Amino acid sequence: MPGLGGRFSTVVKAKVSKLLDRAEDPAETLDYGYQKQLESLQNVKKGIADVVTAKKRLQMQSDKLEQSVVKLDTQARQALAAGQEDLARQALERKQGLQAELQSLDTQVAQLEDQQTKLVESEKKLRAKVEAFRTKKEVIKAQYSAAEAQVRISEAATGVGEQMADVGLAMQRAVDKTENMKARADAVAELEAAGTFEDLTQLGEGGDDIDRQLKELTTGVNVDDELSKMKAELGAGSGGDAPQLAQADAPAAEEAPAETPAPTEEGQGS
Amino acid sequence: MIVRIATEGQYNVDDAVTDQLNEADNKVVEAVDAGDAAGFQSAYDALLAIVRDNGTELGDDDLAESGLILPPPDLTFEEASEQFTGEGLMPD
Repeated sequence: MPGLGGRFSTVVKAKVSKLLDRAEDPAETLDYGYQKQLESLQNVKKGIADVVTAKKRLQMQSDKLEQSVVKLDTQARQALAAGQEDLARQALERKQGLQAELQSLDTQVAQLEDQQTKLVESEKKLRAKVEAFRTKKEVIKAQYSAAEAQVRISEAATGVGEQMADVGLAMQRAVDKTENMKARADAVAELEAAGTFEDLTQLGEGGDDIDRQLKELTTGVNVDDELSKMKAELGAGSGGDAPQLAQADAPAAEEAPAETPAPTEEGQGS
Repeated sequence: MIVRIATEGQYNVDDAVTDQLNEADNKVVEAVDAGDAAGFQSAYDALLAIVRDNGTELGDDDLAESGLILPPPDLTFEEASEQFTGEGLMPD
């Protein structure tokens, strides 16, 4: 070989040769290698199917979260219309939390989608290689069947054997990747299933722990924004039907009689 | 000379590129020895680029023996380090 002093590139080659040296009967080795390839190809396919399943699970959870977001939004609107600003604020806070979760879930799903596409692509390539290998090995076996050709068969088999080892390596790596992806997706799905996000979807009392207060600090601004937007919408949409929300200006809104849930202008309620 | 990029395919590369390959190969080894992950990544990408840019890809059914076999393109730094110390990509 023309001056291949590079250590890095020669290490793999040495390994391949070592694998081949151990082969006693080249023809048998080729057949066995082909069987192994078929099995591995099945594993790659199964791996991809697992990833698809895991992705679907995440998508379903994402859909569920989306529904909760819509529900919370409606609840906030109702609460605000009923003059219960505190409750509306709570709902919006939860909505903010859910939206953050939703975003990270969607990112995960998109990543899985992307990797899945790549895996399907490489599975296709591998299938073509396995098919080529099958044809080639039959040619080699037919060409050299006599005992005198044993030496030459090993020579011819070196290239095929190299391909065999390489396809094996490619399959191994593809399967590793699917397992990795599935594990990651499952971990996220389990977190969700364990109810990590569940409490966020319940509109109720909700504890005033430190966690919560810290969160309020960050979501507070967003919630204030949304609250005033909702107020403006409600005010404009109902044509002054909701007197306590008439002005979006923060100080003015505070003086609204928030404790009466059903404001009546004509005393219809009593 | 035929060069294989493992899990990718074989390329027919002009022998004149051999020196370039050797040089690039040495840089990869240096980066691995120095524990330089970022350096390894760029050096390895450069090595692969030499093969891809200067070689003609062989078909799937052209199963010739390679003069040189490079590890897979998605080789991690940890795997690269193992090439020299542990079992490498293909355990015995």
